[in-house]
Amino acid sequence: MAKEIERVGIPVAYFPAIPTVPLTVGQSRIIPGKAIPHVLGDPHLPPDREKAYRRALVEQALKALSTEVAGPTVFKPDLA
Amino acid sequence: MAEPIRIVHYLNQFFAGIGGEEKGDEPVGHRGGPVGPGLALQEALGAEGRIVATVWCGDNRFHEMRETVVSDLLRLIEAEAPAVLIAGPAFNAGRYGTACAILGSAAAQKLDLPVVTGMFPENPGVEAGRRDMYIVPTAAAATGMRAALPVMARLALRLGRGESLGPGDIEGYLPRGSRRNFFDAEVGAERMVAMLLARLRGEPFRTELPLPRFDRVPPAPPVRDLPRARLALVTEAGIVPQGNPDGLESWRATKWVKYRIAGLDALAPEQFTSVHGGFDTARIRQDPHRIVPLDVLRELEREGRIGRLHEDLYVTVGNVAPVARAERFGREIAEDLRKAGVQAVLLTAT
Repeated sequence: MAKEIERVGIPVAYFPAIPTVPLTVGQSRIIPGKAIPHVLGDPHLPPDREKAYRRALVEQALKALSTEVAGPTVFKPDLA
Repeated sequence: MAEPIRIVHYLNQFFAGIGGEEKGDEPVGHRGGPVGPGLALQEALGAEGRIVATVWCGDNRFHEMRETVVSDLLRLIEAEAPAVLIAGPAFNAGRYGTACAILGSAAAQKLDLPVVTGMFPENPGVEAGRRDMYIVPTAAAATGMRAALPVMARLALRLGRGESLGPGDIEGYLPRGSRRNFFDAEVGAERMVAMLLARLRGEPFRTELPLPRFDRVPPAPPVRDLPRARLALVTEAGIVPQGNPDGLESWRATKWVKYRIAGLDALAPEQFTSVHGGFDTARIRQDPHRIVPLDVLRELEREGRIGRLHEDLYVTVGNVAPVARAERFGREIAEDLRKAGVQAVLLTAT
């Protein structure tokens, strides 16, 4: 699905739980999330820190979307 | 009679009989002898092969703690001194299939074991593992178990005896992308002319050099001016309003839908739920932002870091979706996004 969106020239920041699959199929901008049942969150964290974690992932996506890439590239979130 | 060939069998938590998605975090385990589909596999192996042990791991656990899980499994496998590892079959289950591929590659490379597994040809595990193991093509669903096991058993016995296998289309496994030289009765020029004549006569012929089918989409150019760009949210996690007004299916979805999020600051769990049937959705039903980060995007929108968030959220369910259908959804959504002037997309998947 993401590749078809890229095909019309719209960059996609792709958040999987497992980077193996998008790397294999050639997704261009990949931001690996936490876990399959909660890709952009972590129920073990208190709510404010969970939201900060999610924000770090989304900020990484913004960075990915404004970066030129030549092929499948993983953007690891910058977690303080 | 010779000793039976020693075989270790790998399963996920479901086929090991431990539980469904709620047991996705099941740690590595093992037991002597066959378990679950291993019983029918043992029957197919007959007296020549023996499943000496079964090892398993929850699909989520496998991927989330991959290195530890793989090294634990390899240790258990090695301790049984097997001649072959059989994994699955995983049919069209993506996490299970990639787990079989990752474990299989590790066993082939580190323990020098021949590995046999079974998968639906479109399972992402096929691409990940085909070079290191023998993957028997199966049906998409577990109803194909009966057809898959005898083929897997036959390949496993031959590999266990140290025999080398012929080409995949004859032996019944998916091509591994490697070639082996052999002497043919006819030289290349004769075979080539025969092929050409067959083609001119409109008869079937088999190429000796299949061209790889690459579907590489060149990466789209980056967004130049994010603070002025329109961004859209797309998800395959089945986030829908409570009551699922459009009847989005929890697996093999036949449609994509879009929901207005203009003016919404958050996705309240009282208003939104998930109908994805391929994993335990309890955590994202508690807080849908764990899969659709609307809360954070609104913050970034207010701070002027992004121009604006598109008014619709695009949703489907990616659970065992046939690739051709997912491509069609992608094309349709792309067209919709392009018309709406969307310049970048955040797509969340599970």
